[in-house]
Amino acid sequence: MKNSKKFALLGTKKPLKLDSGKNLRNFKIAYQTYGKLNKNKNNAILICHALSGDQYAAGQNPITKKTGWWSKAIGPNLPIDTNKFFVICSNILGGCLGSIGPKELNPVTKKEYNMSFPVITIRDIVNAQKMLIDELCIKKLFSVIGGSAGGFQVLQWAASYPESVVSAIPIATSFRHSAQNIAFHEVGRQAIMSDPDWCNGNYINKKKRPEKGLSVARMLAHITYLSEEAFQRKFGRNLQNKVSLAYGFKTDFQVESYLKHQGLAFADRFDANSYLYITRAMDYFDLASQKKGGLKKIYKNTPVKFCVISFTSDWVYPTKYSKEIVDSLNVVGADVSFVEIQTDKGHDAFLLDEKEFNETVKGFLKANASKEGF
Amino acid sequence: MNRLDFEIIKNVIKNNSRVLDVGCETGELLKFLNKEKKIDGRGLEISQKNVNICVKHGLSVVQGDADKDLVSYPPKSFDFVILSQTLQATHSPENVLNELVRISKHAIVSFPNFGSWLIRLKLLIKGVMPKSDSIPHTWYTTPNIHLCTIKDFKKLCNKNSINIEESFYLNKNGKKITNPLKKNFNNFFSTSGLFVLKK
Repeated sequence: MKNSKKFALLGTKKPLKLDSGKNLRNFKIAYQTYGKLNKNKNNAILICHALSGDQYAAGQNPITKKTGWWSKAIGPNLPIDTNKFFVICSNILGGCLGSIGPKELNPVTKKEYNMSFPVITIRDIVNAQKMLIDELCIKKLFSVIGGSAGGFQVLQWAASYPESVVSAIPIATSFRHSAQNIAFHEVGRQAIMSDPDWCNGNYINKKKRPEKGLSVARMLAHITYLSEEAFQRKFGRNLQNKVSLAYGFKTDFQVESYLKHQGLAFADRFDANSYLYITRAMDYFDLASQKKGGLKKIYKNTPVKFCVISFTSDWVYPTKYSKEIVDSLNVVGADVSFVEIQTDKGHDAFLLDEKEFNETVKGFLKANASKEGF
Repeated sequence: MNRLDFEIIKNVIKNNSRVLDVGCETGELLKFLNKEKKIDGRGLEISQKNVNICVKHGLSVVQGDADKDLVSYPPKSFDFVILSQTLQATHSPENVLNELVRISKHAIVSFPNFGSWLIRLKLLIKGVMPKSDSIPHTWYTTPNIHLCTIKDFKKLCNKNSINIEESFYLNKNGKKITNPLKKNFNNFFSTSGLFVLKK
């Protein structure tokens, strides 16, 4: 599957009204598509990416030259089967791979936004996606699927546009950011903002990059994406290219080397200000607070078919949050399936090749596709 | 659960009703009722493997535990709730029964009858924990931690002011007992019972 760079210019007639009260006009959203839209235009699936993801969900990522972040799930005969479905994945609002975000030019000032980019929310991100879907002339999505912050978007889609979504698969996610979630993000942001090369957010103009801060933020976050068991299984106390301790503070352990590599690789491809803005959007996410009466009120009479999936070893968004979503959906009599996958791979399990997970997604989509008549 | 159980349940359930199958396993009954009665069906199932099979077949099934997870459903949210051959494996049959009648207009409950003459005879003669087609496990591997007789069950319903709307007494082939003599001694002759409850 080839990735060619696709953009949509949105907000040309009507601006995108942000939760902050500000407006965005004439902005770009970068996206990719896989598979073919059928004649009835009822086989489109929107994939919502997580914090560090991008629109290159399948095929080869032209920037990193690696395979797309969800290439194990999206493709011919894979759970999200591109022989059957038309898959759309857009770089989220505030992202750094072509969509409007802090590193792009402000059309008014002709300078990079940097920290003058308006603070965005998950709902803003979803509203921008809706504009893209409208632009592609798709009235109703067959499914909206996403893990982690992508799951936030899925839940928001079902809440904001229930008539435009047949089914929703929120994975390894929650309906709100907990105090601990916010706390971890804040450490990450402080790491970035304490890096002298961050230059109060104006590093592009100063021709610098806050790589150290961003990579420390990623190292910390990456620990939360795995589980204690996964770390132990992968690395134990193994030493990195040595047979005994060096009695110093360079890399002794494999796990240190791994984290440093993860941090640097991320700093290489991701924009620090984008990281600030997207983590903020995640922290602000509290779907239950959007309506008096919470989730039950939000999803009352929803026509959306849900398949909620969680992972046993996920401690970022543990199963109990998925269960709360499921309980609320049960209370309002919504059509909901819920699966908790046994795995020691932690939060990131949804990105890995988990057999039970793949079969659940595949089965749910296939069954609903036949109900829709394709 | 066997096909004959299915037929009795099918005859109790009305067309297009909202149904929750508690302990739906791989969704056979839900699929059957979907086809026969066009129900709006949901399932609750403890085993993840079974849930996955259900979801794969397009059934709306939630992974959960009858003992813990019925509380989240609002009162009278289903026309029918089914608990087939599972009551004896719950930690608190009394709580489960009360939850079933709380969340439904009618609860259909079936269970193996420990008071059947075959079971009584086996215990009397052999002096070991009896096994049968409907209670096939050894005492140390059985999930059936709260076995009861039909008499016991009726007493429990009575204690909790649960009305028994309909009763079906089944022989070991899952067929309704029709012999009038046997009917009068259903706790002695039936291998299992199926009851429609209401509160």
